[in-house]
Amino acid sequence: METYFSNRIQIIAIVVSVVFLLYISRLIIKGKLREEYAIFWVVITFILILFAVWRRGIDIVAELVGVYLAPNLVFTGAIFAILIYLLHLSIVVSNLHEKNKVLTREMALMKKRLENLESVSKTENDETN
Amino acid sequence: MISTNATNTHFRIAVVIPAFNEDENLPSLIAELRQINHPDFQLIPVVVNDCSKDETALVARNLKVDLIDLPVNLGIGGAVQSGMIYAYESGFQYAMQLDGDGQHPPSEIHKLVAAMKKSDFSVVIGSRFIESDGFQSSSLRRAGIHYLKWVIKILTGLQITDATSGLRLYNRSALAAIAAYYPDEYPEPEAIIYFHKKKLSIGETPVIMRHRQAGKSSISFINSIYYFWKVSLAIIYAYLKV
Repeated sequence: METYFSNRIQIIAIVVSVVFLLYISRLIIKGKLREEYAIFWVVITFILILFAVWRRGIDIVAELVGVYLAPNLVFTGAIFAILIYLLHLSIVVSNLHEKNKVLTREMALMKKRLENLESVSKTENDETN
Repeated sequence: MISTNATNTHFRIAVVIPAFNEDENLPSLIAELRQINHPDFQLIPVVVNDCSKDETALVARNLKVDLIDLPVNLGIGGAVQSGMIYAYESGFQYAMQLDGDGQHPPSEIHKLVAAMKKSDFSVVIGSRFIESDGFQSSSLRRAGIHYLKWVIKILTGLQITDATSGLRLYNRSALAAIAAYYPDEYPEPEAIIYFHKKKLSIGETPVIMRHRQAGKSSISFINSIYYFWKVSLAIIYAYLKV
């Protein structure tokens, strides 16, 4: 059974996963990716590395949860994780939208207040002159 | 002669005008508002420029009206809320929404005021459909309004014949509610549910509306399907919200 699989794909998978992990680390260090959003990617990369190294692992997990074909477990799990993450992003966007609205509003009201103050001080100056 | 303005029946109403690309309509609207000389109330226009691409801000400045100039486009709900917060913080006891496209004739305002005075409502909505006079809107839009009337009736028991009408008068407690929360997009029907949840009394009064004078309506035919789903969802969630 072991000889049926080539080690090549395993090596590629490990290398790709590690490069991905390094890239995410670089993004965090450079401040381009906030840690709270990076957690998801770091965890996902560790899972990828784990199953790239431990080849029997995916079959064992599939058997454990009662999935007949291991690749089906991979697809199901991946799609589910992606959906959850997309939902998370929608929440993040909604949050930003709300904050953006409040900031815009406050800025416009502040501008109006400043204009009022300026016009008051202008008329006061005119009166004293 | 002593000014009669100082009587306690005389009150100031902030007229919040959300304006997106309305530089053509604004001068005549403001002129109409200024012509109104009612013994009971005084109208103070507050134009909210929702980051227009035209000269709305400049036109409003030249007209010497209060201008809230939003640096980013927020949509009708955000614009109205900004204007209402300004009115609230400026200490107005009453404020109203009057759309900037010229559909709402300022000469109808006294009807809303009369309805509020008579029945002590917190929110008065100007409805085109009670007396079916004046501009009646397209048949598709009327079907939508009929549907909204039905949904609002089921959820709140209120008889609102013109849920999408943006011609509304608010007292101070309604203003406080708007300052705390106001829906974003297509806010009018959802706001009714919100006011009902806040235990504010809502009434309607017949008004006559006009065709918009220039520019395009914010709801095109293609958008109407999106509008239907968005508003339906918003109403249901507004109802479920505590």
